[in-house]
Amino acid sequence: MASHKESIIREPLITGKNITYAQITDDVLSPVENKPNKAWWIGFTVASLGACLWVFAVSWTFWYGIGSWGLNKTVGWAWDITGFVWWVGIGHAGTLISAVLLLFRQKWRNSINRSAEAMTIFAVICAATYVVSHMGRPWMALYCLPLPNQYGSLWVNFNSPLIWDVFAISTYFSVSLVFWYTGLLPDIATIRDRGTGWYRRIYSILSFGWTGSVKTWQRFETVSLILAGISTPLVLSVHTIVSMDFATSLEPGWHTTIFPPYFVAGAIFSGFAMVQTLLLVTRKVLGLENYITMFHIESMNKIILVTGSVVGVAYITEFFIAYYSGGEYEQYTFLNRFIGPYWWAGCMMYGCNVLMTQVMWFKRVRTNIAMSWVLSIIVNIGMWFERFVIIVTSLHRDYIPSSWAMFYPTWIDVSVFIGSIGVFFTLFLLFIRVLPSIAMAEVKLLLKEQSEQAKLEQIKAGHLDRDQVEFYKNSLKKFDSVDVSAYENV
Amino acid sequence: MSSTKYILGLFDDPDEMMHGIDKLQKNSIPIYDVYTPMPIHGIEAKLGIKDSRLGYAAFMFGCLGGTTILSLVYYFLGYDWPMNIGGKIHFALPDYIPVTFEWSVLFASFGMAFTFFYSTHLFPGRAPRVMDLRATNDRFVIAIDAKGNTPHEDITNLLKEAGAVEIKHNDRKYVSYE
Repeated sequence: MASHKESIIREPLITGKNITYAQITDDVLSPVENKPNKAWWIGFTVASLGACLWVFAVSWTFWYGIGSWGLNKTVGWAWDITGFVWWVGIGHAGTLISAVLLLFRQKWRNSINRSAEAMTIFAVICAATYVVSHMGRPWMALYCLPLPNQYGSLWVNFNSPLIWDVFAISTYFSVSLVFWYTGLLPDIATIRDRGTGWYRRIYSILSFGWTGSVKTWQRFETVSLILAGISTPLVLSVHTIVSMDFATSLEPGWHTTIFPPYFVAGAIFSGFAMVQTLLLVTRKVLGLENYITMFHIESMNKIILVTGSVVGVAYITEFFIAYYSGGEYEQYTFLNRFIGPYWWAGCMMYGCNVLMTQVMWFKRVRTNIAMSWVLSIIVNIGMWFERFVIIVTSLHRDYIPSSWAMFYPTWIDVSVFIGSIGVFFTLFLLFIRVLPSIAMAEVKLLLKEQSEQAKLEQIKAGHLDRDQVEFYKNSLKKFDSVDVSAYENV
Repeated sequence: MSSTKYILGLFDDPDEMMHGIDKLQKNSIPIYDVYTPMPIHGIEAKLGIKDSRLGYAAFMFGCLGGTTILSLVYYFLGYDWPMNIGGKIHFALPDYIPVTFEWSVLFASFGMAFTFFYSTHLFPGRAPRVMDLRATNDRFVIAIDAKGNTPHEDITNLLKEAGAVEIKHNDRKYVSYE
């Protein structure tokens, strides 16, 4: 533990003075143990109205059929699958933060993994609803599973990427749920031991009887590490398989081998953007500025910049290969993204995802909360348009000009999408009310080494390189939760 | 005879608690268990807890999952209802890699998680066996079985010397049942 000190040049992961273990518990649990504030109620009202819209629009779809959407013979996949891929992509950051960053021993994940994982689960729920509603007859969803039936038995076709997707998404959802819930057990036990009455009884059931004995913790850590190890290839496989839904077809614009890595990078990109969107608001509303610090925000912005640039390279590669392949259908499809009737969607895609994120090269942008938040929204919009362009623009002009068509969404299409955002935020707002939005046990691990106060003591104790201390002090200037004046005389 | 069942040493710092463990062990006082709000590394070596074997469980469950789905797919598409797709072989192995992978991961994670719950007796509704309610918040608790470990005064003094902020002589093993 404190037997070895962390290098002073590393930025603190917990800021604030006089933070104790009890203080961390109090801060994180204050939204759970107290009545919600006005901001929460406003958010929850708006979100649940959105969720009601979703229920209405999906019920309408089931009642009147898929004909209530704007699909036609040429564009047979459009708004719905765009929403599906968008949500699945958003659902990638949680597992990435909890699994990949755990394997890389990135300690800044400790304070954001819990809410990012919750976000993953809710995003995958939203994605799954699109698949089920696109079936038109949702009770037929059972036929995705290889169950004995009266037709022979006629089994599902395991050569089809759509069936791979059923397995990938359901595995991803359930493994993420296990990962998330196992991590929650110690924190639920904390709520239980502080509560009384029925409140305590509920959390007691949910805590599985966790006590925090040595053996439980030791095995808990083993489970976390192995789950991280197997979730990492899992998270990559999920979006790879989603991309194969398109890439294994013969459609120009879809039939490209770059799709798997391109989709995975895009998923991480949009997922981190959504984490940023949520956490910037959450830290403010719940007063968690000391735990989700500027370092976390900047780190996430750096990941958004890197993955956004990877996506940019993939875009360029696609265009180059379309040119270089000499395939005229391929060439036309890519040219059509700019000169066709959906040119504005193409501009939104390339502009939001590649051009806008490049401003994050500037530190001033990365460490500006308002700009980070706006950029994260822009990325979310851009990534929605990416899927729209890939799906609709590739389909709307097929091989026979007589079958060329346009896709116009109906109000049902739009309502399902807006409604799903409502469902997502309803679930997220309920989550921050009933469960700790920060993994307390993991943040407590950081207190003795990575906190601002521990580092201040280190400086006060002396024996440090003067230049390094100066470097550290300079790095603190960007933090909105650090009082830099306290360092003047140190 | 005193009615004390367990002696608890409550520390507010993990390093001092580790120091306390050393001190008790040097004086040949067996430690019943230690309860902490977060995982403390190195503690399992001190208390002689063996490495977890959950990794083996995960591996075996993963193998089971992969084998299960691959055998099922062989039965479905190679034996029970072979489909002629352009004259290609019925059992097109590369196509089955994704589902085999997914089920390996699925079985490995669920198998391991449930083995973990089973082996540490965690399940929904289990009555929490808590010795001190702050052990999940901000106290690092060393529990010593009071029976056979006498005199209690010596243990109390040892814990005090090690830096315990509070020492409890509990008449009941668990405080979480009332």
